[in-house]
Amino acid sequence: MTAQRHTFLTWNWLFILPALTLLGSFVVYPTLWTIRMSFDTGLGLRLQKFVGLDNYIRLLTRDQFFLNLSTFPPSGAVINNIIWLVLFTTLTVGLGLVIAVLADRVPYEPIVKAVVFLPMAISFTAAGIIWLFVYSPDANTGLLNALITAIYPSWKSVAWVGRVGTVTYSVIIAAVWMWVGFATVVLSAALKSIPQEITEAARVDGANEWHIFWRITLPMLTSPIAVLTTTMVINVLKIFDLIYIMTRGGPQGASRVIAYTMYTETFEAGKGGYGSAVAVIMLLLIIPVMLLNLRRFQAEEAER
Amino acid sequence: MNARLARYLSGGFLHAVLILIAVAWLVPTVGLFVTSWRPRPDIFGSGWWMAFSTFRFTAENYIEVLTAQGLARNFLNSFAITIPGTLLPVLIGALAAYGFAWLKFPGRDWIFLIIVGLLVVPIQMTFVPALILARGLKLTNSLLGIWLAHTAYGLPFAIFLLRNFFAALPRDLVEAAKMDGASDLGVFWRIVIPLSVPAIASLTIFQFLWVWNDLLTSLIFVQDPNLLPLTVGIAKLLSTYGTEWHLLSAGSFILMAVPLVIFFSLQRYFVQGILAGSVK
Repeated sequence: MTAQRHTFLTWNWLFILPALTLLGSFVVYPTLWTIRMSFDTGLGLRLQKFVGLDNYIRLLTRDQFFLNLSTFPPSGAVINNIIWLVLFTTLTVGLGLVIAVLADRVPYEPIVKAVVFLPMAISFTAAGIIWLFVYSPDANTGLLNALITAIYPSWKSVAWVGRVGTVTYSVIIAAVWMWVGFATVVLSAALKSIPQEITEAARVDGANEWHIFWRITLPMLTSPIAVLTTTMVINVLKIFDLIYIMTRGGPQGASRVIAYTMYTETFEAGKGGYGSAVAVIMLLLIIPVMLLNLRRFQAEEAER
Repeated sequence: MNARLARYLSGGFLHAVLILIAVAWLVPTVGLFVTSWRPRPDIFGSGWWMAFSTFRFTAENYIEVLTAQGLARNFLNSFAITIPGTLLPVLIGALAAYGFAWLKFPGRDWIFLIIVGLLVVPIQMTFVPALILARGLKLTNSLLGIWLAHTAYGLPFAIFLLRNFFAALPRDLVEAAKMDGASDLGVFWRIVIPLSVPAIASLTIFQFLWVWNDLLTSLIFVQDPNLLPLTVGIAKLLSTYGTEWHLLSAGSFILMAVPLVIFFSLQRYFVQGILAGSVK
């Protein structure tokens, strides 16, 4: 009996052992090591010299590319990430909701949804090049400048991703173009799960479409909108590829975000400790979302 | 005012808005696609929207980018990275998901909770130590390093998605098979996996696209220039020839071809996967 039980136990562990080994060596242990390295210079990506909180203090007070509060408006990667957070999240969720609700009323709904969803399948690399081409400062090749020139013939072509004032917004639009389809698909599915009888009953009672949207549809979509917003917030914090392809953080560091700063400080400047501190800040920013996920998961488990 | 708005929304205005949105979403991609088939002098001479008035198209750009620029090599590398980078996490994830859904061992629920937490940990947290580890084990000069990295980074989502699916299968089915003397591995292969084809298909498509489209992980874990995938190859092309649109457009479409084929043939599983992963 004891022997049998022993084998039984070993067998069970074997199912999760490969996963635990990989997660342990590539995710959990490295995460702890990165926290340790953030208190070190980490030059050459090795532990060199313990420096306490120096990396964090330098990042938050003296690195004008990371957080610069001395100018107006403030600038730096953190500020850019806040602009991303506000614009990317509201635009993807908002446009997704509008498209889902409008497309729900037409027979060619699947085509509209597929067209909007298509960019989700392609890479940030390809999307970056597609949008660099749209933004091309040459009005002969760049669609955006050509369109504006067609409307205002005296328009002087703008280098959308080459100017400090426009670069972040231009990249955000490309990202929104990619992710609206995701929001549309999620919200459209949620929309379809609202029982028809409820909206029909409201219509019989004389409610117009506008009221039905605000009083019935929207309140019933609260939960999917919340989940979607969390997903978009995580996306914003992880945004890297699009910046790497479209701007390399430029011009003059104007389009840097936190995830890009981590990469460039660690792997291009070789400052392992400094880059690790940036990574730890990313982790700290994402912990509220993690706790939210865990709580939601536990609530779902309790229902099982 | 509101009544009028409602009337607009069910009439011509509604169709106009939707068609405008669809066109706006398609035009950037179509523009680059048309460009990829135009001769280089034409691309710089006139906008792609004029292409049908000159009507000169060529496959020259694709040939140049695949041969002279060597993207054919990157294309094969992308497959060499993506196929194991998809199969490994799906297989290892499915085994673990079965363990978490149907087996008992000490600390099971706690370990699973940690995996749910890992879902959102930024992979940036792991790069430096994981790279040191991979270098130490001499994994970065072959594809083994990137396979293992993609497997590890894909596992939390794979385990989470499949475990929820497996746990929802009828308990009687699993228990009856065990009564008949089936081992856990037998139940896993012959009952749980066949019943979970839709979930596994969605996960496989997701992981495949994620790995195929990945740039960041490859920048770090693939150090042999002969093994670089398409995404990195095109990023290099971009930094060398910033405005050579004939090369960049053709290169981008070679990169997009595989995801687009998957999208058009397997859209249903793709959408199901998104819904399973985000809203429950």
